[in-house]
Amino acid sequence: MTPKPPGRAADGPLLSVRGVDVGYRTGRRTRLTAVHDVSFDLYPGQSMALVGESGCGKTTLGLGLLRLLPRTGTVSAGQVLFRRKRGDEVDVRTLAEEDLRRFRWNEAAMVFQGAMNAFNPVLRVEEHFLDTFRAHEHTRRPRAELLEESAELLEMVRLDPARVLPSHPHELSGGMRQRALIALALALRPQLLILDEPTTALDVLTQRSVVEQLTELRERLSFSMVFITHDLGLAAELADRVGTMYAGRLIETGTTRDLFHRARHPYTSALIGSVPPVVGDLHVPEPLPGGPPGIDELPPGCPFAPRCPRVTEECTATRPELRVLHPRDEGLSHAAACLHADGAELSTRGGHP
Amino acid sequence: MIEQPPRRSRPATSPAPERRGPADRAGPPVLSLRGARQVFSTPRGDVPAVAGVDLDVRPGQVLCLVGESGCGKTTTARMAAGLAEPTGGEVLYRGAGLRGFGKQERAGFRRAVQYIHQDPYASLNPVRTVYSTLTAGLRRHGLAKGREQVRRAAIELLERVDLTPAEDHLDKYPHQLSGGQRQRVAVARALAMDPEVIIADESTSMLDVSIRVSLLNTLGALRDDLGVGFCFITHDLAVAKYFAWDGEIAVMYLGKVVEQGPTPDVINDPRHPYTRALVSAVCEPDPDLARTKERVRLRSADIPDLTDLPSGCDFHPRCPLYEQGRCDTERPPLVETGGRRLLACHVADGPG
Repeated sequence: MTPKPPGRAADGPLLSVRGVDVGYRTGRRTRLTAVHDVSFDLYPGQSMALVGESGCGKTTLGLGLLRLLPRTGTVSAGQVLFRRKRGDEVDVRTLAEEDLRRFRWNEAAMVFQGAMNAFNPVLRVEEHFLDTFRAHEHTRRPRAELLEESAELLEMVRLDPARVLPSHPHELSGGMRQRALIALALALRPQLLILDEPTTALDVLTQRSVVEQLTELRERLSFSMVFITHDLGLAAELADRVGTMYAGRLIETGTTRDLFHRARHPYTSALIGSVPPVVGDLHVPEPLPGGPPGIDELPPGCPFAPRCPRVTEECTATRPELRVLHPRDEGLSHAAACLHADGAELSTRGGHP
Repeated sequence: MIEQPPRRSRPATSPAPERRGPADRAGPPVLSLRGARQVFSTPRGDVPAVAGVDLDVRPGQVLCLVGESGCGKTTTARMAAGLAEPTGGEVLYRGAGLRGFGKQERAGFRRAVQYIHQDPYASLNPVRTVYSTLTAGLRRHGLAKGREQVRRAAIELLERVDLTPAEDHLDKYPHQLSGGQRQRVAVARALAMDPEVIIADESTSMLDVSIRVSLLNTLGALRDDLGVGFCFITHDLAVAKYFAWDGEIAVMYLGKVVEQGPTPDVINDPRHPYTRALVSAVCEPDPDLARTKERVRLRSADIPDLTDLPSGCDFHPRCPLYEQGRCDTERPPLVETGGRRLLACHVADGPG
């Protein structure tokens, strides 16, 4: 695992999300709360995966953290506290326009889903880099200097700057585009990188090289990561800690091993159980029937109750809160929102040593 | 209605060590490719997307094609489905070449071989209801007559793919369905024709993990209960392993099959360095395993350009086992290595 930069964790969390709600305006008088009451602390150097099915609010939360939501969306409650490079703590929710612009990319950057769409197809890659520097840097620098730095960034992700910089996005393969996008996100050395489905739609081998590069860059530049994925294999590989989201809520958090080996929420264990591993004999995955409830029609009790194999009467009446089961420092406590979380451990994948 | 394909029980009775040659496992192949080639002419030169493959799809069996994007999986599938005519070699349906088919035979082939596309958001017509989508083929091929019969057939199809209650779904439009439900409609549409072979091109890769397994189980039931043969294309080896456990995997690289054999053997004991790299690159859903798993390091991450293929073995610029003098001069043929396995490699030809 990545060695944490010494002394920095002691200063407290880098990102502290407290009771955040993210909502969308759906009509003149109607609103929808897509993410509800999410809290977690991310310490410097940590890598956290947000997992869950589509429509669970993962991307909405990720966008909300940087206030990148579409016009109809807002962070309607809570605080997103972020410790900036110079040491002061700000609430991203209340940053003024100009401060927000400086905050993005300098402090926290986003790698969007689908590298294909994240680049402007009519601009060369070098123009993306120049734009980024000019829009988010405090000082103006000459073009040659910026290009030189862009080249260094591309070399960091093992791309050939001479080939990539003058190219248009369509001239690059999917994997190259994704790597170029990561280099671009790191342009201003942010402390936090939010990645939305960084390897979805990539081939296995390309996926592998992106994973390796991210691991390497994290060791070198020691940034923190929050990445959104529905690929549990990726979470197992790239994350130190995992948060499971269901119906807009964080329903289980803990270290990667907590969730993969000692899951306490039946949804987490069902998700993990539905992924067939490649090594070894045939493992018959358990299907997870049905889909998540619509966010505007949540059942009164636990939102997972209608699909849960361990449902009891109590579950349909009481909505469980996220409860700490195994306290640890640095936000690594194992917590689950299940009334039966104290019961027997759920079998996930016990077979491996 | 129409003639049912012969029902077949699963080969659960035949234990693994007794695996026989491919030809006598499950009767003659329904669909075969023989030396099938597809060369696209482009301004930059000819692109040999598929450079001669021999594949067989048998009733109730799965043939899984895996490989990176651009290795010719989809082109192979399109040729097999008769959607693209091969520029060389041929496609055989029940032993007869597709080229010689008259109008009627071609209609029969179209009915017997069905295609499920990757993206259920693009493959369903947004202005047609589920009912209209499902029954278009039935009416076109004259398989059901009269309102009552057509409606009953549509309901049966939806029940078969577990979209219940079926009546509720018949009059919906695609935008009212989730991704998983749409893909089930696409499967039901393929089933409407009572096919002998289903060609599924990355049919589960767009779906959430939870839905993926249940759709694979639905497809598995068709394979086992109705004896439908599958040509299953995926880049997800875990899916390939689960769905094609009793069948075969063919690994494609730059338009050629480089390794082929029974699924458990190919996945658990890959011989070709490319297959090894693929298997070792998979992210395992287990944090301990992920950190200890041995990874094959390729010499280069880039796939060679199809218009400018390397000399000798196509894989040699990336291969970790590359031997100078042999791999870069002579193309290794795809040869049988025993145990029904085919391999195209100079270096890794021995067992283990």
